[in-house]
Amino acid sequence: MLSRTSLQFVPASTQVRGMATLKEISMRLKAVTNIQKITKSMKMISAAKYSKAERELKPARSYGVGAKAFYEKLEVDCEKHQANHLVVAISSDKGLCGAVHTSIFRAIRAMVGDKPASNIKVVAVGDKMKALLQKDFKNNLLMTMKDIGKSPPTFSDAAVVANQIMSCGYEFDSAELFFNHFRSIVSYNTTTIPLYSVGTISEADNITQYDSIDEDVLRNYQEFSLASLIYFAMKESACSEQSARMTAMESASKNAGEMIEKLQMTYNRTRQAVITRELIEIISGAAAL
Amino acid sequence: MHCGIVLPRLDEEVAMSILRSATKLHASVRQCARLVTAAQQQRRGYADMAFTFASPVTVHYEAAKVKQIDVPSFSGSFGILPDHVPLLAVLKPGVITVHEDDATSKRFFVSSGSVTVNDDSSVQILAEEAIAMENIDAQAVREGLNKATAEVNAASNDQAKAEALIGLECYEALQKAIEG
Repeated sequence: MLSRTSLQFVPASTQVRGMATLKEISMRLKAVTNIQKITKSMKMISAAKYSKAERELKPARSYGVGAKAFYEKLEVDCEKHQANHLVVAISSDKGLCGAVHTSIFRAIRAMVGDKPASNIKVVAVGDKMKALLQKDFKNNLLMTMKDIGKSPPTFSDAAVVANQIMSCGYEFDSAELFFNHFRSIVSYNTTTIPLYSVGTISEADNITQYDSIDEDVLRNYQEFSLASLIYFAMKESACSEQSARMTAMESASKNAGEMIEKLQMTYNRTRQAVITRELIEIISGAAAL
Repeated sequence: MHCGIVLPRLDEEVAMSILRSATKLHASVRQCARLVTAAQQQRRGYADMAFTFASPVTVHYEAAKVKQIDVPSFSGSFGILPDHVPLLAVLKPGVITVHEDDATSKRFFVSSGSVTVNDDSSVQILAEEAIAMENIDAQAVREGLNKATAEVNAASNDQAKAEALIGLECYEALQKAIEG
């Protein structure tokens, strides 16, 4: 008698626990399904944004190659870490796009080292870049810019950044633009473009072969090419960012799908177990009579 | 105001005539090594002028072979032939004429930008805005010109006035390009 009462007791308690688990599983299932919905729609949005960015990248790339040509042909022999050096990191405000921001950050850290010298200044374009750089290079952070990446970058955005850099009062001798160079939908390279100040350009070895150069022309030329190169870097990085977000969201949706499958299986099993247990109880209860 | 626009045109003609005579008079050309190679290049048939002309949103030419390009710049208008002396220049509002070959030439209006001629004879023209002349609406230009004039008059401080003047200068050049 005593053993039977105790037996009746145990299923009763497990049944309660089983019910709770069933509810917990269904809640979890619902949450994961919602997350999958979000990541799926984020993927769709970035796919649309990506195709636009890629379309716009084509002319911007020819433009950038044209702007780069002069700096590539210029033979500048300047000691990078002796003179004032400026690092411009181009990224964006938004996350959830894989290692787009951190790869730029890593490239910068590899270039300047853990304890950067005081003659290296960093400009962060984009909130995510600012957050990363503020931690390690607080003393070298010259300025930060945000509101980048909500809509596709335009030439006037680049002109604003170039203007800020020129009017901030920091006299750099050489500069480097860090950005993600778009290669294909699944890959991008973190690359740099060198830039020089008017002073450095006029001291370059092969500048003398260029005709009719005066201070004014050179200054205007350098300012315009700064804006052009920033525009090019922004376009490249916007395209890489959207493609990276697309890939990241796709794998997130896939992972959520796997999770949903497993949870559904557990849910069904648990429900079956609960039903079976209830049947056993009823049958054994009837048999006991 | 008018002088400022007429002068570069004169310069252009002078530059053109110099170039023309340079290709004809071989004897005098030999005095200058650079021009000799320019003439030789021309006899070979305009090889190797990789011409890139782009604005941020469109590419008009990419490493294309053309015969001659006439460019308006702040240091005077000039023509670029293959194997031009390496050069840096800043564009001013005006018309770029691209002579693709003897028969065809295209005209583009540019607002500002840069011109680079490198020693490998590649030419890069990067404009902030570049529009083919046939796509320009004369009515819109007149309206824009009036608006820009009003803005110059309404400008309260020096900076606003300078900005408005840049706009006005561009519209005047555009008007001039349509008329001429």
